[in-house]
Amino acid sequence: MESVLGRYKNLIVLVCVLFAQVLGLAVQVKRTTDTESSRLIRIWAVDSVTPFEKVLNWMHNSSWNIWHNYFYLRGVRAENRGLKAEIERLRLEQIRLNEDAAQARRLQALFAFKEQFISQTRPAQVIGSSGSEQSRAIYIDKGESDGLKPDMAVITADGIVGKVLKVFHSTSQVLLIDDQSSGVGGILEKSRLQGIVRGTRSGEVVLEHIMSDNPVQPGEVVRTSGGDRIFPKGLPVGTVSQVGNGPDLFLTIRVRPAANLSKLEEVLVVTKLVEQEPTQLESGPVRAADILAQRLPSVPDKPPAADPSKPGAGEAAKPSAPAAIKPARPAGVSAPNTNAANPPKPDEKVPPKPQAQASPARAASPSSLGVGPTATAPSALKPATEKGPAPPPVKVVDPTPSAPKPKPAAPPANAPSPIQDGPQ
Amino acid sequence: MPITYTSGEQVEVYRFNWPITIGVPATALFLQAWLPRHLSFFAMLDLPLLVTIFFGISRRNPVSGLLTGGIIGVFQDALTSLPIGINGIAKTVVGYGASSLGVKLDVENAGARLLVTLVFCVAHKIVYFMVARGLVNLSMQWSWPHELWAAFINAIVGVFLFFALDRFKQRT
Repeated sequence: MESVLGRYKNLIVLVCVLFAQVLGLAVQVKRTTDTESSRLIRIWAVDSVTPFEKVLNWMHNSSWNIWHNYFYLRGVRAENRGLKAEIERLRLEQIRLNEDAAQARRLQALFAFKEQFISQTRPAQVIGSSGSEQSRAIYIDKGESDGLKPDMAVITADGIVGKVLKVFHSTSQVLLIDDQSSGVGGILEKSRLQGIVRGTRSGEVVLEHIMSDNPVQPGEVVRTSGGDRIFPKGLPVGTVSQVGNGPDLFLTIRVRPAANLSKLEEVLVVTKLVEQEPTQLESGPVRAADILAQRLPSVPDKPPAADPSKPGAGEAAKPSAPAAIKPARPAGVSAPNTNAANPPKPDEKVPPKPQAQASPARAASPSSLGVGPTATAPSALKPATEKGPAPPPVKVVDPTPSAPKPKPAAPPANAPSPIQDGPQ
Repeated sequence: MPITYTSGEQVEVYRFNWPITIGVPATALFLQAWLPRHLSFFAMLDLPLLVTIFFGISRRNPVSGLLTGGIIGVFQDALTSLPIGINGIAKTVVGYGASSLGVKLDVENAGARLLVTLVFCVAHKIVYFMVARGLVNLSMQWSWPHELWAAFINAIVGVFLFFALDRFKQRT
């Protein structure tokens, strides 16, 4: 017996070691979460590797920053000019989008849609990877001590990156969206078709479960649908790069990720999501014309147009509207059309507006909105500044009809209403 | 002194001191995790596998080789998002095979090292594929051109790496 054991000692040890590992694998596959022993090994491995990665990463970033921030500044002035122009362009675009977003919020409020908002993020630096083609994961320098938890979304400004898979004390493992075990709810921006964004074995990203009779064009943007309860709705995932017929009547849609997953430096971990019904601003949306009007310092104060004796004038005089924000309108009234249809008459006298009496809320509004004391009421300028198509009329129900509103001081008998676009 | 003989030639058995025994695999694991993030080409390399093969053919002790491969593989698995043991099993087999081959063959020259590394890289991939598909039910893609190309690249790097690591050998 001893001679047999001695003769096949190597083989017996090999079989024992393999058996132990197969057993360990079977236990891990059976359980969905890490067992204590396997978690311990992961902690040892990660804790022995990541400190060196952090140090090297710091050295790399420091030398890179010194070179790029202090020595290599060629073309910075031209770039600065270009960026300033870009900012101006984006500001104007933002104004337009704000209007659209406000309208969308109103509609969502009408239908009582619940929406997830990113309320808190935590920046983190990518320090390493799993080093394997079969497992596309990265390590970031934030962990349990920074409030990170598994299944938190990881994003960049360009698009989504992945989700937190395992959390250690000061580091975390992030599963990238191009890993074959990942899955993200996706929606095509134009066609609104929903599917699942998955990674493939070769590291590509595909959108699955889109029927082949649906028209999908390359170049279409894919966004998160919010259905996975990890990523909030509307974040960019990527663009469709290739569309082909796949098996089982489904399309094979390849997606080029919006975030450059192979060159990640910094990421944002979404640490807090708030789910709430979008609330409509009591004072109404900020209009493009309103914001542009704020930037014109020489525009005179708003002329009176409404007769306080008319019905609705008292309602319009409610001090709920900040100076730069369009006041809430009664149901069924389309704001842009109202002003366009009823411009102030040229022969009307324009007395100075009794700000303190008719609109006490204005006293607080400039500081919060950055509006100067000479800011004019927006409605007086709307016809001149509205160039785009008017949004469709929307019946807006006042979300807080019973809310106590500050009672305005009684206007003088001939005091004009500060609101021009009330019901006529 | 354990000495084996192959075709009448003496095959030497080497040993390594503890800092090298621990430091070289740890460095290989670290570089494998750190370098692909900066140079994506390195994702094709498997430095822990090359170190396993090197220790196996140098020590020429199957038990030592399979244990070295198993430990390196398990720690490599621990850095991935996959279950621990896939690389462990594959590298255990490779460590055992490399040290068993080292007992019978002299693999000190570059040509022999290139061939041995090439063969063991392919063998490692096959075992890894079988374990991942058969035991863990991972959906993996097998592509002969890709695997052969990756094995060739690893073999080329392995030849240079082995010569660099030769200086740490100590004769028993």
